[in-house]
Amino acid sequence: MKRILSLTIGFALFGAGAVHAQGTLEAVQKKGFVQCGVTTGLAGFSQPDSQGVWKGLDVDMCRAIAAAVFGDASKARFTPTTAVQRFPALQSGEVDVLTRNTTWTVQRDTTLGFNFAGVNFYDGQGFMVPKKLNVKSAKQLNGATVCVQPGTTTELNLSDYFRANRMTMKPVVIEKLEEVTAAYFAGRCDVFTTDVSGLVSIRGSRASNPADHVILPEVISKEPLGPVVRHGDDRWFDIVKWTLNAMIEAEEMGLTQKNIDQQSSSKDPAVQRFLGATGDLGKGLGLDNKWAYNIVKHVGNYGESFERNLKPLGFDRGINELWTKGGIMYAPPIR
Amino acid sequence: MGFLRSGRSRALFFQIVALAGVFAALAFIVHNTMLNLERSNIASGFAFLGREAGFEIGESPFIAYSAADNYGRALLVGMFNTIRIALIGVVLATILGTLVGLARLSTNWLLAQIASAYLEVIRNVPLLVQLFLWYVLITDNLPGPRDALNPLPGVFLSNRGFAVPGVDSHPAHLWMLFALVAGLVLAGFVARWARARQARTGQPFPSFWAGCGIALGLPLAVFLAAGAPVKLDAPQLSGFNFQGGVVLTPEYATLLIGLVIYTAAFIGEIVRAGILAVHRGQFEAANALGLSRQLALRLVVMPQALRVIIPPLTSQYLNLTKNSSLAVAIGYPDLVSIANTSINQNGQAIEGIAIIMAAYLTVSLSISAFMNWYNKRIALVER
Repeated sequence: MKRILSLTIGFALFGAGAVHAQGTLEAVQKKGFVQCGVTTGLAGFSQPDSQGVWKGLDVDMCRAIAAAVFGDASKARFTPTTAVQRFPALQSGEVDVLTRNTTWTVQRDTTLGFNFAGVNFYDGQGFMVPKKLNVKSAKQLNGATVCVQPGTTTELNLSDYFRANRMTMKPVVIEKLEEVTAAYFAGRCDVFTTDVSGLVSIRGSRASNPADHVILPEVISKEPLGPVVRHGDDRWFDIVKWTLNAMIEAEEMGLTQKNIDQQSSSKDPAVQRFLGATGDLGKGLGLDNKWAYNIVKHVGNYGESFERNLKPLGFDRGINELWTKGGIMYAPPIR
Repeated sequence: MGFLRSGRSRALFFQIVALAGVFAALAFIVHNTMLNLERSNIASGFAFLGREAGFEIGESPFIAYSAADNYGRALLVGMFNTIRIALIGVVLATILGTLVGLARLSTNWLLAQIASAYLEVIRNVPLLVQLFLWYVLITDNLPGPRDALNPLPGVFLSNRGFAVPGVDSHPAHLWMLFALVAGLVLAGFVARWARARQARTGQPFPSFWAGCGIALGLPLAVFLAAGAPVKLDAPQLSGFNFQGGVVLTPEYATLLIGLVIYTAAFIGEIVRAGILAVHRGQFEAANALGLSRQLALRLVVMPQALRVIIPPLTSQYLNLTKNSSLAVAIGYPDLVSIANTSINQNGQAIEGIAIIMAAYLTVSLSISAFMNWYNKRIALVER
């Protein structure tokens, strides 16, 4: 009797853990916070500071989602993930969104079961070598040993580039960023490759003497980096997508963290719509009508986030500038 | 429900129900998982094994591999790398472990203390930490390839690895291999003959050394007969790295050294336990018969100690095989490392993990089967 009973209970528990998924928005609202997957520590994008507070462009993206959903940017929790752990973490539901400078590719969009909610940083892959090797171009790297992280588009682009240019190389593939950069700085490999943003960040933050390392001029791929959510959850997808769009649109409209409150008395209908004073855009997303106001008030617009996190490391806007100023950041209108 | 009255049939009934319940639960999990994968549009099935991998692998000593090959071949390279570490690691760890175990039992106080210290330190530090330590020691202390140490002509030691000249293959090598096999078989016959002769007449024969001589001498004879063809493929520094020759990478060295030292500590204790498990009277009786301490150990004590040693030793071999999966932390391309990359590139986590599990299960079950057969063979039949 007891055995049958325990079996039946076991059965029921499996049933309870099963599929009938509520949407991510409902789950997040019930939990009271947004769980974001970030890197294990990449300066400028997602890194805890000396007090343990997470800072970075991707961290701001996550806080903006929290501000949109809860009106409080502190309701965001961060899960550090390596390049290999990030996709299973999102697929399994361990994190609600991946704000982890992930490249948008068709394979990730389809066979991995993800949706990319836009691009928050346009990047490309480059190479970093020690200055003493006297290498001026990536085409001189035949036979080199290259440090790279596994499970990334970097790894694939690297072998594609060397094959296309009929060069050979030996990869040293180490999973954790700390270990692979340590191997490069110890001289285990000649070259380190990742997105140029990562190279600048790592050179600035981990090299004992940044001037000893040079980033080669070749950018061998397009790496549009953006936030990622799971398939099958349109509402959450829309929320993340429009959070990013709101940040970019706010910069275009000139709304900043400092002036957003004064702007609430603006007569411009576009500003009124953005702030939620007119229209029901928030309701359509399943959020409060002040969702966009909350984002700008608590986190700032895209330009402010970039300025705060990436300018101190020596990044300039480049193509990440607004389309009105010569870059390609272009958000669909908030209406 | 008359059959429930009998105790035996009641037990049977409940066991059947329990088993059915377990199968039902498993079926439910599988069905649920497949439904979820379908819903999220995540690809499933093993078709990805035929697709182009697109990534390079750091070392592939047994089969040729390039980024244009498919995932199946990449996983095969990983499998060979894992087996390479497992086999060599098991042999070296056994040798080192036995030496350490015997050292701990030695009457020489200093030797026993050194062995003790080694055991205590190594067993209590996590393996991953030890691997990182070895990796840092090796890569930080060796010079770059342009300043490589050159102790012998053609031998280079740098933080890219230990490069030695390789031998170009030559048809005579195949004959040498046959000669080696023939030599080993002949050595086996000589040993049997020597044992029979000793049983008959009592005269000892150095069959071990004779066997070694035959096993090495025959291939050497073939080699000389073929005109001693030696064409070395010496490593040369060209550009960034050494081209040519055989290179042992720091990753391979780190993993091997770390695993061997770690597992040898455990094996040392197992060997010591086995020897201590043999009754002291056996040693004394062997001494009374005039056998020296070494002979007593080899002929009387060890065969009895092996009964106690072999089962836990099997566990340590399996541990070593599975611990080799830590290679992913230091950059050695073993099966888990490559399967992880594949999972990440094509998103099929379940199939990838299933392949890893199947591969490790196969290797482990083979090791277990071999050790169990060996155990049965050396078991003492008590009357």
